[in-house]
Amino acid sequence: MDPFVLARIQFATNISFHILFPAITIGLGWVLLFFRIRFTQTGDKAWEYAYFFWVKIFALTFAMGVVSGITMSFQFGTNWPGFMEKAGNVAGPLLGYEVLSAFFLEASFLGIMLFGKNRVSNRLHLLSTFLVAFGTTLSAFWILALNSWMQTPAGIQIVDGVVMVEDWWAVIFNPSFPYRFFHMLIASFLTTAFLVAGVSAWRARSGVDGPATWKVMRAGVVVAAVLAPLQIFVGDLHGLNTLEHQPAKVAAMEAVWETDTAVPFNLIAFPDEEARENRLAIQIPYATSLILTHDPQGEVKGLNEFEGEHPPVGIVFWSFRIMIAVGGLMVLVSWWASWQLRGGREPHRMLLLTLSAMTFSGWVAVLAGWYVTEIGRQPWIIQDLITVQDVVADHASATMTGTLLGYLLLYSFLLVSYIGAMRHMATKPAASLALGPVTFTNQPSAQS
Amino acid sequence: MEFWLPIIYMAAMGLALLIYVILDGYDLGVGILLPLADEREKDIMVASIGPFWDANETWIVLGVGILLIAFPLAHGIVLTHLYLPVTIMLMGLILRGVAFDLRVKAGDHRRALWNRAFFVGSLVSAMAQGWMLGAYVTGLRGDTTSILFSVLIALTLPALYVILGCGWLSMKAEGTLLRKSQHWATRAVWPMGIGLGLISIATPLVSPAIAAKWFSLPNALWLAPIPLITLASFVGIVLTLRASSERQAEQPWRLFGLTVVICLMSSLGLAYSLFPHIIIGQMTIWEASASVSSLLFTLVGVALTLPMILGYTFVVYRIFHGKATELSYD
Repeated sequence: MDPFVLARIQFATNISFHILFPAITIGLGWVLLFFRIRFTQTGDKAWEYAYFFWVKIFALTFAMGVVSGITMSFQFGTNWPGFMEKAGNVAGPLLGYEVLSAFFLEASFLGIMLFGKNRVSNRLHLLSTFLVAFGTTLSAFWILALNSWMQTPAGIQIVDGVVMVEDWWAVIFNPSFPYRFFHMLIASFLTTAFLVAGVSAWRARSGVDGPATWKVMRAGVVVAAVLAPLQIFVGDLHGLNTLEHQPAKVAAMEAVWETDTAVPFNLIAFPDEEARENRLAIQIPYATSLILTHDPQGEVKGLNEFEGEHPPVGIVFWSFRIMIAVGGLMVLVSWWASWQLRGGREPHRMLLLTLSAMTFSGWVAVLAGWYVTEIGRQPWIIQDLITVQDVVADHASATMTGTLLGYLLLYSFLLVSYIGAMRHMATKPAASLALGPVTFTNQPSAQS
Repeated sequence: MEFWLPIIYMAAMGLALLIYVILDGYDLGVGILLPLADEREKDIMVASIGPFWDANETWIVLGVGILLIAFPLAHGIVLTHLYLPVTIMLMGLILRGVAFDLRVKAGDHRRALWNRAFFVGSLVSAMAQGWMLGAYVTGLRGDTTSILFSVLIALTLPALYVILGCGWLSMKAEGTLLRKSQHWATRAVWPMGIGLGLISIATPLVSPAIAAKWFSLPNALWLAPIPLITLASFVGIVLTLRASSERQAEQPWRLFGLTVVICLMSSLGLAYSLFPHIIIGQMTIWEASASVSSLLFTLVGVALTLPMILGYTFVVYRIFHGKATELSYD
């Protein structure tokens, strides 16, 4: 196979695997802080149980994110050497700030958060929990600044084919950054909320940890009920921003081929890139114009304006629909669940089943959303400036195929192990769970 | 600025990688030693590195990050040439990183599997790092000499990590595990010594440029302390390990400290051999460097955060000071 395609599949595999874990830890870090504060305030053992159970899942998830993240920091160079040669002046400092300000912070205080409870004061332990949550969010800030800059580059000048920075503020707070940052933060909280509610529903059905389980489920469901509609609103703003800066991506998301007014919304369609038309489209009249321009007669640019320079249509179109569908489902389920659980009521068995089934629904939406925005940027690595083809490394196909297979095997194995471990933990009370790494005897110099 | 910034970054990168070798070196070493211990000892060994490993690994991300920030032109070339060992190292780091948690969270029937993954991942990462270092020092040539040289380092580095691991355990372990770790160190010290000796002899042979830098007067005179201190530290390690178990326990930091001196001297020697090249024989640090404005922008961040990072790293080591014992999240 073409090494270029292999390099892309390999990077996509890695980045898809990686995002699953930050998508949980960014939100879960703050949720843990919430459990921790509630316990400190109320002294209610249930919150402590909740903290103990979820901190173990956090540690496991965090480790998965760390190791796949380290892999990515190397793959920028091994797979896309041209990217750093051309855009290193932007990418380098932003990634550098991520490592310096966030990675060390979260990695160091995670040790105290996990194993230091009896060695440090309650206040320092709370502070550590806060710093870990803060670190994961800060990490998201820098990485999304870079990603957004690749989508909507600003604040630079190109000199002899190399990106030179003119204004760092404009680079970091580039046009799509605020939308992408909040969209991703909310996505992470939603992923966490459904994970927390789903695992709790599983635990409730096996009657583990009683009050703690119900409290956690209710917290997850309420957070989801508030954030799911908010996410639709933020997503809409993000879409309008994309329309302004990356119209080809939006045209692919909607499978609109010809520039037109009063464009209908393709509920279902099968885009055919050869014939440059949709087969078998089921449409809602005026809806795309209405959504994108807030005017039923508004004009929407079609893919034919960008022939040869637009992304593959089918996968972007369908990824977008999957994301929307999961988002809609999240609204319905979280509202239904909030209603059922109001005032401490016992929920219907069907609700517990539904919540369990939706445990990992956030992952589906997050992956679909990232496919929309990343595949939707093709063929560019930096929108309108540098193509992906320009920066790829020149490795032998055999090497790339071999390592790709290696990664696929390893990641499948890890994903099965991760979900297996979570299932194993979900059926056990927090107190009896096998205890991870460790605490130490207090030596004279250790604080307590 | 254009002259000094690349030098500052070169020094920072060297420092980050040295800290990485020392810190992740001991926890990789403990991983390599894991199969030699019984079940309870395995738990204590993993426990002794539990709070630290994640931050330890971050230093290699910083090292490679500085390569990327400061020398973007070299970053691509180095990592493209090292594609295979880097990929193997990453898979090793992935395996051992997840094994920390999964060995206790995936259920008792899976524990043996994850212990093995932890060992294999640690060993493979250590060897791949040796391979990378060998290929890098010989200028990424990929010929037979350079491959043999890489194999030599790939075999020596795990031995060095094992000694660091034993040094760590002599501070963290008690009872039979402590005695075992002293015994393991006695077994690993000569392979490490012979390996380091062979590398020192081979380096000027495979690289005439490096030979010229070392074996000319007056350079040879003021460089002499580097090999001499290394040799003295090695002799110090051998003598330390000859002492009785009780005597060794009186100064638990000694083995680790002396091995750190060897790492420090080796890195000074390496830095002198390479400077001012970022890729030996191909590219100097000035040719590879990023724009002054980007370097300055990041330097502010480095100056602000590096002292903080060193500060809270120190705090974490202080909090978890002392012997490692039983398992708990408390």
